[in-house]
Amino acid sequence: MTRRFAKTRTDVAALFFTGLTGFSTLLILALLAVILTYLAWLGGGQISWRFIFGGTDADMFDTEKAGVFPMLIGTAARVFLMTLFVIPVGVITALYLTEYANPTSLLTRVIRSAVNNLAGVPSIVFGLFGVGFFISFIGGSLDSLTASPEPRWGKPALLWASLTLAVMTLPVVIVATEEALKSIAPGLREASLALGATRLETVLRIVLPNALPGILTGGILAVSRAAGEVAPILFTGAAYYLKDTPHSLTDQFMDLAYHVYVLSTQSPNVEQTRPILFGTVVVLLCLTFLLNLVAVLIRARIRRRLRSAH
Amino acid sequence: MSLPPAPSSTRSTSAQPGSAPATSAGLAPLIVTHNLELFYGKTRALKGISMGIQERLVTAFIGPSGCGKSTLLRCFNRMNDLIDHVRITGQCHIGGEEIYGRDVDVIELRKRVGMVFQKSNPFPKSIYENVAYGLRLHGTRDRKTLDEVVERSLRGAALWDEVKDRLHQSALGLSGGQQQRLCIARAIAIRPEIILMDEPASALDPIATTKIEELILDLKKEFTIVIVTHNMQQATRISDQTAFFYLGELIEYDATVKIFTNPAKKQTEDYVTGRFG
Amino acid sequence: MTHFETSIDGLRQRLLTMASYAAQSIRTAVRAVVERDDELGRKVEEDDSLLDELEKVIDELAIQLLLRAPLARDLRLIMVATKVSHDLERVGDEATAIARRAQDLNREPQLKAPIELPRMASMVTEMLAESLDAFITGDCTRARAIIPRDKQVDALNKQLHRELTALIVQSPDNTNRCLNLMAISKRLERVGDHAKNIAEEVVYLHEATDIRHTQRVSIDTPPAAPTS
Repeated sequence: MTRRFAKTRTDVAALFFTGLTGFSTLLILALLAVILTYLAWLGGGQISWRFIFGGTDADMFDTEKAGVFPMLIGTAARVFLMTLFVIPVGVITALYLTEYANPTSLLTRVIRSAVNNLAGVPSIVFGLFGVGFFISFIGGSLDSLTASPEPRWGKPALLWASLTLAVMTLPVVIVATEEALKSIAPGLREASLALGATRLETVLRIVLPNALPGILTGGILAVSRAAGEVAPILFTGAAYYLKDTPHSLTDQFMDLAYHVYVLSTQSPNVEQTRPILFGTVVVLLCLTFLLNLVAVLIRARIRRRLRSAH
Repeated sequence: MSLPPAPSSTRSTSAQPGSAPATSAGLAPLIVTHNLELFYGKTRALKGISMGIQERLVTAFIGPSGCGKSTLLRCFNRMNDLIDHVRITGQCHIGGEEIYGRDVDVIELRKRVGMVFQKSNPFPKSIYENVAYGLRLHGTRDRKTLDEVVERSLRGAALWDEVKDRLHQSALGLSGGQQQRLCIARAIAIRPEIILMDEPASALDPIATTKIEELILDLKKEFTIVIVTHNMQQATRISDQTAFFYLGELIEYDATVKIFTNPAKKQTEDYVTGRFG
Repeated sequence: MTHFETSIDGLRQRLLTMASYAAQSIRTAVRAVVERDDELGRKVEEDDSLLDELEKVIDELAIQLLLRAPLARDLRLIMVATKVSHDLERVGDEATAIARRAQDLNREPQLKAPIELPRMASMVTEMLAESLDAFITGDCTRARAIIPRDKQVDALNKQLHRELTALIVQSPDNTNRCLNLMAISKRLERVGDHAKNIAEEVVYLHEATDIRHTQRVSIDTPPAAPTS
């Protein structure tokens, strides 16, 4: 009997591409593993309760006495504040663009290209913008309005650093939210409107609850980006050295990412302080992971609730 | 307010722009359009539609894709308002009231004119919350009232027995046919007078389709139903009146039996016998 | 032509075949009477079984076409086709009955030269041919013109009946032959009825108006129970 379906050829191209894609994935995993191992190797020894919760009142360049708690608080505070600013503004902008604005109008196109351009601006430019706009213009104006003898607002502060970061991460939140809004079946909006809901009722009761996971994704991306950024806060709020953690929005603050920069460029003895440097990097990474983890868990919870309702 | 002249004949077979609204019974119709035209930008999608739709009947709109039947349906609850560059001229009265007037509350209109869509679109909420949605929107807070209306509506949509034990589970867990009946329950929960249906069974299997069709025949006792369908057998099974549209025009409007056994226009005949184009 | 249209055309062709066989069998049956030929009678019976077969074929075709849920003109055509084929099958039955009577008549000497029977036969076969023509051409004026002609056939039948009754009264020996001739005349009159039915169906097919029994009666109330 002759077999008509006997396999006679080998698909070389398919094999090649399977191999190539698999190799690329492995490469990325390997790189990540190398980086994490390297960091843990160099900084792991420095991690201790004293290091994490210790202050900087002792010598901040002494491996035995240095602590990163003020920086930890500073970074957490600026990221948290940034989220508070960026999510509402980003979500409202995205809502305007997808739910209200005429998608073909000039205004919408201008806003959309502005958002895209904003995403392409180098972060140091945001730092300079923060100085010029927030500190000098807004802060300066507030000072002259309140006629305070010494600059209260018109100086680097936690508030201005967070706002600068918020402006920088705005495109991320807008784009992620827009995607989330667009992925909601148009049928849901129609159904709500056909039942006599206003646009606002539809947005509040149907659109936003369903877009929440997508909005959180935007938040996660923004947090990840902002946590490691130094340039935007360099002139707008981060301090080289402070005795204390920030107490108000107008205080300056120490920051983990900035501290990494300080340790690698300003240290009296780079070789000696290297463990502090890598210890700080590990703490920064852990903080970022932790913030992301919380957001991912919340998102998973919301998704589950949307899928199974009550 | 000037109403178009009431139809005097009991059996007119077609509507010409500017002529008296076509209708097939002597009673004053619930929905009356007079020379209704709709433009998408410069394109005229509806051309001089004059027709009257009778209360408590099922009126089917048939015609090839893009003939304007869905567009006309969406004129009746002003869903076309949501689309940019849409302009409507002519008259469209529901219960004697012009619905495109300056002081018309679209929300009130949509409470009176419900709609069921081609793709079932339950909210990602519980079955209960889906049906209660409209009531909550319009201010009902009382739990007992909500419970009653939800049950009545689900019974009305022939879905109660299938879901009564899982009212608080997600509506997305229902089958396609059940989801569509849920959408009907959601629509009737706010007691509209008219239910517009845009190909409500086109995505369903034959069993689910039969259930929807039976439901439509039941709902006819309380509601006026206008249904767009591509399925001519469906139109013959459920509708009393049928309107055939082609290229934005109302070609023929008559009793369903007449349209499907002996249409007056050649275009209608060609369409229903599948010899179109 | 779509596949559906090809099938519809097949149905139409079968009906035409049936119609020509039906008319032929009537003519043959009457010839069997006139020419006193038993052989022709057997020919009629052969044609009749062919007509029976064709009726079944048409019904089967009609069912297959109905499965495709035809509408409007197509729907009417299929409904009319089954009715017309039934009428034509009955015409075949009438022809067979005439042929049997002819065989019975042939056992006795001829009573009189049958003049009226060929006339009736040509009238009804013409009616049949006309109605089938109208069926094909869609000429409803011609179809309507056939209907009053049934009355002429009826009149001819009644006249023949009277004459034959008179013959029985003259001599009781004629009774058997007269009864046979009466039956043949009656059968031909029935063929006229079938032709008239077909004409009415043709009008329905092309105009979608039902012209049968125009007097309307209520059918929703059941007949009153007989009083005992």
